[in-house]
Amino acid sequence: MTDFIDIGSINDIPLRGARVVRTHRGDIAVFRTATNNVYALDEYLPGKAGPLSNGIQHDEKVTDPMYNWVFDLATGEAQGADEGKVATYDIKCEDGRILISATAVSPSVAAE
Amino acid sequence: MTQKLIIIGAGMAAGRALEHLFEANPDAYDVTLFNAEPRGTYNRIMLSPVLSGDKAFDEIVTHTAEWYEEYGVTTRFGEKVVNIDRVAQTVTSDNGEVLAYDKLIIATGSNPFIIPLPGHDLDGVIAYRDLEDTNAMISLGEVPNAKAVVIGGGLLGLEAAAGLALRGVDVTVVHIMGHLMERQLDEAAGYLLRKALVDKGITVKCSANSKEILGENGKVKALLLDDGTELPCDLLVMAVGIRPSVALAADAGLATGRGIHVDDQMVTSDENILSLGECVEHNGDIFGLVAPIYDQAKVIAKTLAGEAAAFVNKEVATKLKVTGCDLFSAGDFAEAEGREDIVYRDPARGVYKRLVIEDNRIVGAVMYGDTADGNWFFGLIKDREDISEMRDTLIFGPAFQGGSPLDPMAAVAALPDDTEICGCNGISKAQIVAAINDGAHTLDDVKAISKAGSSCGSCLGLVGDLLGVTLGDGFKMPEKEVVCKCTDLSHDDVRKLIVAKELKSIPQAMQELDWKTTCGCHVCRPALNYYMVAAWPGTYDDDGKSRFINERVHANIQKDGTYSVVPRMLGGITTPDELRAIADAADKFDVPTVKVTGGQRIDLLGVKKEDLPAIWYDLGKAGMMSGQAYAKGLRTVKTCVGSEHCRFGTQDSTGLGIKIEDAMWGAWSPHKFKLAVSGCPRNCAEATCKDLGIICVDSGYQILVGGAAGLDLRETDLLVQVETEEEAIEVSCAFYQLYREGAQYLHRPYKWIAKVGLDWVKEQVVDDLENRKALAERFHYSQKFYQIDPWAERAKQGKDAHEFAPIADFTKVAAE
Repeated sequence: MTDFIDIGSINDIPLRGARVVRTHRGDIAVFRTATNNVYALDEYLPGKAGPLSNGIQHDEKVTDPMYNWVFDLATGEAQGADEGKVATYDIKCEDGRILISATAVSPSVAAE
Repeated sequence: MTQKLIIIGAGMAAGRALEHLFEANPDAYDVTLFNAEPRGTYNRIMLSPVLSGDKAFDEIVTHTAEWYEEYGVTTRFGEKVVNIDRVAQTVTSDNGEVLAYDKLIIATGSNPFIIPLPGHDLDGVIAYRDLEDTNAMISLGEVPNAKAVVIGGGLLGLEAAAGLALRGVDVTVVHIMGHLMERQLDEAAGYLLRKALVDKGITVKCSANSKEILGENGKVKALLLDDGTELPCDLLVMAVGIRPSVALAADAGLATGRGIHVDDQMVTSDENILSLGECVEHNGDIFGLVAPIYDQAKVIAKTLAGEAAAFVNKEVATKLKVTGCDLFSAGDFAEAEGREDIVYRDPARGVYKRLVIEDNRIVGAVMYGDTADGNWFFGLIKDREDISEMRDTLIFGPAFQGGSPLDPMAAVAALPDDTEICGCNGISKAQIVAAINDGAHTLDDVKAISKAGSSCGSCLGLVGDLLGVTLGDGFKMPEKEVVCKCTDLSHDDVRKLIVAKELKSIPQAMQELDWKTTCGCHVCRPALNYYMVAAWPGTYDDDGKSRFINERVHANIQKDGTYSVVPRMLGGITTPDELRAIADAADKFDVPTVKVTGGQRIDLLGVKKEDLPAIWYDLGKAGMMSGQAYAKGLRTVKTCVGSEHCRFGTQDSTGLGIKIEDAMWGAWSPHKFKLAVSGCPRNCAEATCKDLGIICVDSGYQILVGGAAGLDLRETDLLVQVETEEEAIEVSCAFYQLYREGAQYLHRPYKWIAKVGLDWVKEQVVDDLENRKALAERFHYSQKFYQIDPWAERAKQGKDAHEFAPIADFTKVAAE
């Protein structure tokens, strides 16, 4: 069973906004969609895209600010003609708190 | 025994009458068809595409030799009937043959009117009526440097002129009235049409009186106007009107007036002789459009079949296509006491619509450029419907009434079944839909089965829409340039609808304009946000989430995810204190690169995102604000030192630059907006490649617009020269506002000007002083809300703090 860590209130992220979670292995972008879903993805696809938390969000997708790649927030897959995938992490919202998978932010364990 | 029917003339009227006759009973008559032209029926309306080269003559033939053979029609093409003996019931052809008839149809059509000017009988003076005339014009196109004059600025004359121009002929249209097509169009629409023709390289002379046709060796050489102008030409086309061809009927003693008198059954004063088409006169009316003539054809076939039928001359709307320009006119559009106009103009698209309202009813409509709603307006005119309820949005057409969602085909879907779609052939929406349901799934099928769109073709857009409405996904509409995949609307549509429907937020706009996605995409959201900012200053709540990251955090993102920071330096002027503060900030925040920009200011590159509010705070303390070097908005005003220091300087260019930047900073626009002011024509500030440049001269200020020095390189055009600084500032603000209000998102001014035309821009901000003032006032009003330093808001008031700090930082938590 996955352990979760509280990283803040849902209100710390505006609707259709994103914030960053700093970890020892790099930044994770946390998104809150217009419908109050939360997603966690790697901030960068090295050499290709990012910082994704700076992108424009629409539906359950985000457009990368650098080269306009569009990523699916749920799967991390690049959409359309672009090929690539950023890692995604378990995240959920309970009672107004955002909870992220402990393994995602732990310094020692690699992400799946 | 089969009755003998003789028809004189094989024009479109006769052709259609025969079709109806054979539909009812193929064997009722033994038909002989005379035609002075050495050929059978073809679609005369389509001679213009033949002239322009879009069609071959074969393609416009409606009745082939096989067709006549199939129905047993004896054809006598190239033979004229010279006499009718009503007592003996015979006709005599020009080769002396005498034929007997039981019934006779006179369908001699009309003759082009030739003005009896001196020289009208010269070789090279033609009308525009038949294939021979068309061929004469086509062969002129093969002569190098050929010139032609067309007398007559009506439909036919303009079609001739356009066709000739397409064939490479240098054409001048001479029209006696003040504007083109004065019977169908009002002045404004006539003006737009004229502009479109001039753009095609045609010279247009209105209010011009022809005096004499000059010739040499019996051949036309020039047209002389009564003001002394001589227009050289190798061919002169007279397209000034037609006259019913009545001579044969009159000689036979039939009752004639302007045309051959017929009753409601299309019977002349002789019960065995019928007549239809352009040669007849019915209740005082004569006919030139195809729609009523096709109605006559139906009636005449019934009369011949012994059935009751009566011709009623219905009010017709004119929907025309002149050389690719869509025109529509219906009803009465003359100005008069008690009449009001609703006018819609879209200079960018060359669209003009005018409705004439009297007692809450539409009495007339003129449209140019976009005629899709013409039939709907025509219906309202015919039905004398009270429009007071929908008056505010009336001009936008049926799609915008009753708050129904906008669908590009909603307008067509909403049309009543009996709405006439094809005016030429009198085909209603219901008939077209029936044809589609019977298996016509392409435009060509619909044309073949229902005849809709088979004459002038101007209704094919609507027919396409009907295919779309009826077949749904089974029919693919031709594409138009839409904002993005989220909508079927163009940028221009969206801008207009935001204002017209008072849409004040992005979600509202998406709802009301039937967006196909729930919350848009990275293409449409920034555009919508800008359109809102421009339309509703002071009331619109800017949506940062619809802005690109640079405009959200007010700095330029760099490839490594750091940002660059550029403080504003009005007119490129700075001070030692400002420079010290910049140096201190660069030290304090470990700025790796300090660079002087092309816009005369200083760029601090490589600032970490979370440091942005702090560095802004420091810079702000020294009196600096955001240079908005990231904005689709006002960037910089570059200047030279001008008369303060330079021996060549004619004016204080630096001072003027500072004043303009002071007035304009903070403004958002469709794209970035860069200016420069040079103190003399040596142009050290490089004003001639800016969106707006000013070059000072001894006598004042030249205001130049529409330059570019990016992906495209383009020199500015002179907008106007003014005498004072105040005027220079007012014109600059007015121009900026016109661009802010009209251009599509991400179009720099040069692209926008290319669309609307520099002349139009001049009209708006140079010629019309009141409008200039109003534009400048709207600009200053908007500036009251947007001249807020975004850096100060974030550094001092903590606005959007979430943008700059991580939500959680596990690198600072010790590992367990």
